[in-house]
Amino acid sequence: MPTLSKRKSGESVLVEGWGSAATRTLPVMFGYLPLGAAFGILAIELGIPWWGALLMSLLIYAGAGQFLAVALMAAGAGLLEVAVATLMLNSRHVFYGLSLLKRFQGAGWRKPYLIFALTDETYSLLTSQSTDHSIAWRISVLNQLWWTLGTLGGAILGTTLDFDSRGIEFALTALFIVLTLEQARRLRQGLPFIIALFAGFGALLLVPAQHMLLAAIGAACIILLLHYHWSKDSRGVECDG
Amino acid sequence: MGDLELISYIAVCALATFATRIVPFVALGKQAEHPLVLHLGRYLPPAVMLVLVIYALREFRPLESGQLNVAANGLPMLLAALVVTLLHLWRRNALLSIVLGTGFYMLMVQLGWSLS
Repeated sequence: MPTLSKRKSGESVLVEGWGSAATRTLPVMFGYLPLGAAFGILAIELGIPWWGALLMSLLIYAGAGQFLAVALMAAGAGLLEVAVATLMLNSRHVFYGLSLLKRFQGAGWRKPYLIFALTDETYSLLTSQSTDHSIAWRISVLNQLWWTLGTLGGAILGTTLDFDSRGIEFALTALFIVLTLEQARRLRQGLPFIIALFAGFGALLLVPAQHMLLAAIGAACIILLLHYHWSKDSRGVECDG
Repeated sequence: MGDLELISYIAVCALATFATRIVPFVALGKQAEHPLVLHLGRYLPPAVMLVLVIYALREFRPLESGQLNVAANGLPMLLAALVVTLLHLWRRNALLSIVLGTGFYMLMVQLGWSLS
């Protein structure tokens, strides 16, 4: 039965694709399930119905942004205020897109979702390994699945989780550390890390806590722009254009 | 808050978030091969990654009532980060570094190792 065996191998390739993508998202899963649950519990506490919390994780899909949104809603903030705060908090994503322009080229129907689902964690996973568009898409879908399942679990179970999961959100911090070490190993250049140290600690010292991340990433981006212009000047006119 | 009001709040947040993610693709979509964009594509991800580490390791409390990190101070976090770093430099097994580091952190937090 050639058709059957063909379908079978196609299915196994499909399962394999999802399986390897799922393995790569494991650390994000450890972070997103408890964090999503924390968001669900907080949303219920602040008077948001369970379907509202679920809708937020499906349509907004921004960790810190959702925490901020429910807090502002509960505090009676206006629509415009919520919009501006969300734009401010999430504006770091602009810089993520800048470095993925080429990467997402040719992604076809997957591209709108890849852009929509570009959280800190998904960005970290996608930029630390070279994957094709279908794997990148699966990683993105699975990450949002973990986040949404966590939200649903938190909203429905409330505080009756019998597993003591306190501290499990450190998985995301550990993931960032591991990805930084992998990036350093791949690039073997000190430049971006020196820039990040200056930008990160500078922002930590000089900028109010709620704007620190945006300030640090914006500063790193600006320093890289300046560095580009200096190195272009020193290379001379042959690199023009 | 009524259902319709809640839905309009969610819609506004969803649009604002998506806007921040799609802006570079709309504004610079045709410049993907520009050397400046390639330069950023090469150096920005590692820089952002280290910034995220610095951000995650500071005492992280965006909301009084909804802390994302349980630690009363940063010490358990810094210790666990050290464990992750050393483990990863030693074995280079991402899952091992993350699982053991996170387990160590959970242990410290749940045993009340806040050392405040």
